[in-house]
Amino acid sequence: MDGTALPATGQAQALHGASVVLSGIEKRFDNVGAVRGISLDILSGEFITLLGPSGSGKTTTLMMIAGFETPDAGDITIDRRSVVALPPYRRNIGMVFQNYALFPHLTVADNIGFPLKQRGVDRATRARLVAESLDLVRLPGYQARYPRQLSGGQQQRVALARSIVFHPRLLLMDEPLGALDKQLRESLQLEMRRLHADLGITFVYVTHDQEEALTMSDRVAVMNEGLIAQVGTPEDLYDRPCDRFVASFIGESNFLPGVVRGNEDGMVVADCGGATLRAVARIRHAPGEAVTLAARPERVHFAGVQDDRIRRNRMAATIAEIVFAGERRRYLCQCEGGVSIVLKEASSAEIRPRVVGERVELAWSAADTVIV
Amino acid sequence: MATVAIASGRLSRAPLRHTAPILLVAPLALYMAAFYALPLASMLLRSIADPTWTMENYRRLAGDAVFLHVFGTTLRTALIVTLGALAFGYPVALALSRLRQGAATLVLIIVLLPFWTSVLVRSYAWMVLLGRKGLVNEALIATGLIDAPLKLLNTPFAVHIAMIHILLPYMILPIASVLRQIDGALLRAAAGLGAPPRRVFLQVVLPLSIPGVAAGVLLVFVLSLGFYITPALVGGPRDLMLSMLIAQQVDLLNWPYAACLSTALLAATLLLILVSLRLPGVRDVLRTATR
Repeated sequence: MDGTALPATGQAQALHGASVVLSGIEKRFDNVGAVRGISLDILSGEFITLLGPSGSGKTTTLMMIAGFETPDAGDITIDRRSVVALPPYRRNIGMVFQNYALFPHLTVADNIGFPLKQRGVDRATRARLVAESLDLVRLPGYQARYPRQLSGGQQQRVALARSIVFHPRLLLMDEPLGALDKQLRESLQLEMRRLHADLGITFVYVTHDQEEALTMSDRVAVMNEGLIAQVGTPEDLYDRPCDRFVASFIGESNFLPGVVRGNEDGMVVADCGGATLRAVARIRHAPGEAVTLAARPERVHFAGVQDDRIRRNRMAATIAEIVFAGERRRYLCQCEGGVSIVLKEASSAEIRPRVVGERVELAWSAADTVIV
Repeated sequence: MATVAIASGRLSRAPLRHTAPILLVAPLALYMAAFYALPLASMLLRSIADPTWTMENYRRLAGDAVFLHVFGTTLRTALIVTLGALAFGYPVALALSRLRQGAATLVLIIVLLPFWTSVLVRSYAWMVLLGRKGLVNEALIATGLIDAPLKLLNTPFAVHIAMIHILLPYMILPIASVLRQIDGALLRAAAGLGAPPRRVFLQVVLPLSIPGVAAGVLLVFVLSLGFYITPALVGGPRDLMLSMLIAQQVDLLNWPYAACLSTALLAATLLLILVSLRLPGVRDVLRTATR
């Protein structure tokens, strides 16, 4: 095949990952906008995740990169070449599907050898590359099995082997771990990270599982209603969510309504339920503007004597509810101004358990507070 | 609601649990015994016990030139009809599996339309079409392709064409049923892995549809073996099928010979079905296709 020849040597040879640019792509189904104008630069060799609830357009976006859907508007380039007019079989992209999509009538070896056969690779080379990729996904010796004889996790490894055996420079994955149980999912997440590091190619991963996205990705693009809400590293998204959707979709957040009083040392000062709170802001907010402040439950503490540093937000509250969830306790606290704040505290014998109705003072860092 | 009622009924009338199903099928079982099993047994008996106990009829059959010729014609006709139905039916089944729900239902109705007319009427229709002054000949002459009418009716060609037409749904339905069940993700995966449409078909769709093809081939072949009306009406006098030979012998009141021929036909059919059911997947397809 033209321009898709396989490198002659080597397993896990560090290939140069493809760079992908989405510019203003749109897709409508039955006049409903599934993707409403997405622009995204995917860097060579990065592990990027499209994260969003179902119907957010993440899978449609992936299908357009793969070539199974054609954008109604906008352009997609891979290594600066537009691919919109190319059919999927000419794009040379590896793809893993949610339900594995292994060919039931072919053995593991023939499944993995399928993309090689399409590229005219001879039988002996095929056998060698299949064996190498089975080693890579830690299933050596499974060549003669049929997919129905494998467990879900094994099937997913075979699908993974099949998608990388022809050394594509871009690998797309559509919720590949969605059908597996939690433990298996976690071990495969680590393996995918390892594979990504070994192969050096670009991974585009689609999931609705925020924990999975945060664990695996170099960068995450959070999608909502056909648009990208925010792109950034996992830390960026968690610590600096740009809006209320991102703050609530990734992790849990307390949302506190407030009115801006002014700006001080690069921070916004706002009145909130009788307390004065400080928060990090991406943009300047004018005094008098109504804003929402967000703070993560595990970053809110019961104020102690050692906490009297400046730049801490404080609010008086009453404990309304306590839930024990193993590694941590979750407190629902009712503040005086009418807002409620959830607080999560590691459970430990060293920590004095609180009781419902107890009056407490909550404290958290201004740097952990954002305006959304 | 209904299931609750049935379930509670079962509990309160526990002794009936085993006898009830038997009672429910009893009327049909008795009917089949009286009007199907008994005549069948008597036919089998006649082939070996008329007028005295003998295997002479069967011994004669093996060396009977007429029988061997007719049996050969029957097998050849069944084979040609089966291959023809496969050639015409597979593409339709493929189209059926790729159409959207609404369009697929429409095509399915068109495929099933012939089922609503009797075989007799459809065979007469072919006589009208293929006759010396039939539509086909008239059209060919009008366009100047031929000068004199072709002999189409009462030829093996007419038999094949008419039988393929009548049996096509039996080929299309099981194949379409299997094709519809192929996961679309497999086709996308094949394309994504570098297979152009032609190879997606040859390497994925075709192999996965084999059980449906086997079921369709079995149905059409078995039905062809026993076909009577159509070959009798549109076929030639020299192209006797086994069923026609049997009818002829019955007319001649040669009961033992007719019974013997029928047994041979039945045996051939049963053998085919037994062999086919051993092929992987065929049993499942027949089950889902008839649902």
